Amino acid sequence: MSAASQSADRRNFSEAHLADRAKFIRLETLRLTRIAGAGHYSSTFSAAELLAALYYAHLRIDPANPQWEDRDRFVLSKGHAAIGLYPVLADLGFYPPSKLDDFTRLGSAFGDHPDMKKIPGIDFSSGSLGHGLSVALGMALAGRMAGRDYRTYCMLGDGELNEGQIWEAAMAAGHFKLQGLVGIVDRNQLSIDGPTEKVMSVEPLVDRFTSFGWDVRRIDGHDMPTVLATLAALKPAGEGKPQMIIADTVKGRGVKYMELSLDWHVGNLVGADYDDAWSEIEAGLQPLETEKA
Amino acid sequence: MMGAAGQDQSTLFRGDDTELRLKDAKSVRGTPAKSMPAFILGDELADLAETDPRIVVATADLANSSRTRDFANRHPARFIDFGIAERNMITAAAGMASCGMVPYVATFASFAAILGAEAIKTDCAYPRMPVRIIGHHSGISMGFYGTSHHSTEDLGMMRSIADLTVVCAADANQLRAILRASVDHPGAMYIRLGRGRDAEVYEEVPADFAFGKAAKLRDGSDLTIIATGSQVHASLAAADRLAGDGKSVRVLDMHTIKPLDADAIRAAARETRAILTVEEHNIVGGLGSAVVEVLVDEQRLPFRRHGILDEFSLIGPPAALYAHYRLDADGVTETARELLDRIN
Repeated sequence: MSAASQSADRRNFSEAHLADRAKFIRLETLRLTRIAGAGHYSSTFSAAELLAALYYAHLRIDPANPQWEDRDRFVLSKGHAAIGLYPVLADLGFYPPSKLDDFTRLGSAFGDHPDMKKIPGIDFSSGSLGHGLSVALGMALAGRMAGRDYRTYCMLGDGELNEGQIWEAAMAAGHFKLQGLVGIVDRNQLSIDGPTEKVMSVEPLVDRFTSFGWDVRRIDGHDMPTVLATLAALKPAGEGKPQMIIADTVKGRGVKYMELSLDWHVGNLVGADYDDAWSEIEAGLQPLETEKA
Repeated sequence: MMGAAGQDQSTLFRGDDTELRLKDAKSVRGTPAKSMPAFILGDELADLAETDPRIVVATADLANSSRTRDFANRHPARFIDFGIAERNMITAAAGMASCGMVPYVATFASFAAILGAEAIKTDCAYPRMPVRIIGHHSGISMGFYGTSHHSTEDLGMMRSIADLTVVCAADANQLRAILRASVDHPGAMYIRLGRGRDAEVYEEVPADFAFGKAAKLRDGSDLTIIATGSQVHASLAAADRLAGDGKSVRVLDMHTIKPLDADAIRAAARETRAILTVEEHNIVGGLGSAVVEVLVDEQRLPFRRHGILDEFSLIGPPAALYAHYRLDADGVTETARELLDRIN
C-alpha cells in the first residue's frame, strides 16, 4: 500500500464529516482574522465546501511527505483565501495547528497569501491574481514530460478571470490537451468594487471555457454531494480536454449579513459581528434568502 | 546613402533585415555562424539536455529567431512553444520548475524582461525557481523594429529583483560557459543576449567563468573600462587604440550584473586612475548605476557612464544605431579620451 493510500485511509469521506470540515474552515477563518486584525473571510466562506471536499476526500496527497513527486498539485490562484487553507493543512498534519497562533505576526510563515517556501503543503506561492492557471499549466506539462499521472488543480476566483494571463493559460491548456489540468472557479459573484457582471463581466463562463477547448461543467459549489460527485467523475491525467468546474457560490456564504454583500470583503470582525458570525457558522448552512422566496 | 559611420546603409538594411533570413547561414560577413551567440543557443542547450533530463526549453513564437528550433529538432518532447504569450510562458516555466524541471525560456529581451517582469519577480525569483529567462536581441539591436522591440531598461528592472541572477553574454563562447554554469545554479536567472551576431571576445569557452566574478581581459593602470555584453568587444578595441595614445587601460568584462563583483570594482578604484562603464542600456539603472553604487563608498575618482543617455532610441539599421549612440570602438575610445583628459 502506498503512502498516499494509507494517508487517504485516514481521511473521512462522509458528507456529514465534510460539512463539518467546511464549518471548521469558516470558524478557523474567523479565529485567524481576529489574530491578524484583518482577513479575506467572505472569499474564503464561498470556497469552504470546495476546499473541504478537495482536501479531505479527493486530492492524492500525503501530509507526511509534502514533496511526494506523484502527489496531486493544488494551486490556490485566489491566494487571498489561504486563511481557509492553512487550518486544513494543519488539521491534516502538514504542520502543527499551533503554527497558526502567530498568523501574520512579524516573521510568521503564514501571511494573507500562501508561500510555498515557508509552508509545507503549499505547492506554489500566490497572491498576484491571474498567475495560478499558468503555474498549474506548467505543473501539468511537467507531469506529462516526466510520465507521472498526477492531476493539477487550480482554484480561481471569478474576478480574477478579468486578468488576461488566465486566458493565455486557458488557450495553452486546450492546445496542449492537458486532461490532467483541473480548473475550479469559485464563482462567488463579487469582486471588490461590485458584482463581477457590473465591474467587468466574466460570463458566459461555460461558453468561454468551452470555446477555449475545455470540458466544462457548472455546479452548486456549496452542495457537498454535488461537489463530491463532480470531483469523483473527473477524468485521469492524459491527452484530452482540460477540465473546468464552474462552482456557483455565494461570497460570504454561511454568515447571513455577509452573503453577497459588498461591505465584507476584507477587514476585522469585532463584538457582535464576530459573535453573530460564529454562532451562525456553528448552526450550519441555512437556505439563502433567494431560496426561501 | 551614407550613415553616421560612413557605411552604406542600404547594404546594412538588407544585411540586417530579418533573423529568418539568417537562420541557415554558415557565416555573416566573414564571421562563422558557430561563433555567434544566436547560432549556438539551441544546440548548446540540446547538448546539455543529452545528459540532463531536467532541461526543457520554451519560446513564445520565436523558435527561429532564438535558434531554439535547433533544440526542438533534437528534443521535441522537451520543447514547448507557448505562442505569443510571454507571461504565460514564464509563469508556466515556474510551475514546471516546481516539479523538478530546469526550464530555459527565450524571447526578445523587451518581452522577456520588461513585459514579463512581474512574472519573473513573483513566480521565479521570490519562490527561487530555477527558471532561466533568456532575453535575446537586447538593447537597440532590434534596430528599425523600434522602441517596442528595444530593451534598454531590462538590466535596471531585473537587477532590482532580489535573489535573481542577472548575466550578460559577450559572445558565443561566454554564452556556452554561462549556460553550462547555469544548470545547477540555485534560483532564477535572467540571461541577456545581444544581437546574436556579436563578434568573438573569447577564443574558447572560458574555463574560469563564475557568476559574480568579473573577467579581467586586460590589465592597466590609467583607466578601467567596465563593460558588459555587446560592449566588451568594443571596449577591448578601444583599449587597443588607447594603448596607441600611451595609455594603460584595464578592461573588466562585468558579465554578471547581479550579484555584482564589488571587489573587482573596488580594486579598479584603488589601482587605476579613472573608471568608465560601457553598456548597451540606459545609463540609468544598468551597469553604470550598479558600479556607482559601489564607488560611492570609495575614494573619489573620475568616473563616466557610457550608454544610452536616458532616451528612447531612434530607429534605424542596427549598425547605424550603434554608430549614432557611439556604442562601438570609436565611441568608447572617444569617451575614454575625454575622461582621461580630466586627469591629465
